[in-house]
Amino acid sequence: MAKVLVVTSGKGGVGKTTTTAAIGAALAQSGQKVAVVDFDVGLRNLDLVMGAERRVVFDLINVVQGVAKLSQALIRDKRLETLWLLPASQTRDKDALTEHGVASVIKEMRTKFDWVICDSPAGIERGATLAMRFADVALIVTNPEVSSVRDSDRIIGLLDSKTEKAEKGQRIEKHVLITRFDAQRASRGEMIGVDDVLEILSTPLLGIIPESEEVLRASNVGSPVTLNNPLCAPARAYLDAARRLNGETVPMNVPCERKGLFDRLFGRRAA
Amino acid sequence: MRFFNLFRRRRSAPVARERLQILLSYERAARGQADLLATLREEILSAIGKHVTVERDHVQIRVDRGQTVSTLEIDVAIPHSDSMVLAAGS
Repeated sequence: MAKVLVVTSGKGGVGKTTTTAAIGAALAQSGQKVAVVDFDVGLRNLDLVMGAERRVVFDLINVVQGVAKLSQALIRDKRLETLWLLPASQTRDKDALTEHGVASVIKEMRTKFDWVICDSPAGIERGATLAMRFADVALIVTNPEVSSVRDSDRIIGLLDSKTEKAEKGQRIEKHVLITRFDAQRASRGEMIGVDDVLEILSTPLLGIIPESEEVLRASNVGSPVTLNNPLCAPARAYLDAARRLNGETVPMNVPCERKGLFDRLFGRRAA
Repeated sequence: MRFFNLFRRRRSAPVARERLQILLSYERAARGQADLLATLREEILSAIGKHVTVERDHVQIRVDRGQTVSTLEIDVAIPHSDSMVLAAGS
């Protein structure tokens, strides 16, 4: 049975696209068929983070409007054969997305994939509400920072009222993913702690992704961090999070960068 | 001076947590409801407007949301001719 997962946050720049790519690749690495869908019409970036920017022919809006078939618009990942990308349109207006059109695309994708991961745009307008509209599971990406937590709370309110599941009186499964976490700063009381975020949002935790240079390094080369360097701290955290999405029980810890003596003495190395 | 600041700037996270808890308790309560502040403003102004002339531009509204008590301050400037009426009525 396919699951539709929305990666959302309200606030921009917290790591939705990075998370979509990393979790999508992690689930595909476990052999499941995964499609990642970019809902950020006009400001697409998932193609770039996935390294498929030069292979985009058709997009979500073409499929919604019947100009292209789903199979024509899907781009197969070059590294993982069970991972696919449906890009957003770069030129069209976000109003070109209709609820009816999105519903039929998602319905078709459910028959072809194990996971359909919708990368939501920032904000709470049309693109964001349509990205969450047909989701079974929501991943709320939150930075341990006041504006991000506030926006996450707002998004949780929308998930509980504006999604199809909510309107049918069912509960949408929600998880918080804390990204850009700095365990040292949190322990010194300079950053809101994980427990505080979870208490404020009263939503269960899926994972804690540490702040890391590896995330930028991966997006620079157009590869999900879980593929680019599966052993680095953020990749391990994303891989654990993906296993939890699959229902596995994985102990929660914050993977940290192991720094050797050389790194400590000479600081960061060049990418 | 700098030396002391080193110690003082630590532990801002508890402040962040407290501010969020207060803010969100209000935002959650207000969710799905009409804007209470706008309703109060309109009703109070129309009540005052029945008796004195109120210039919309001369109305200041301030709120301060606290953890246990909030204050709503509505400051209405009443033209001189009407303040005479007020004085006479008291």
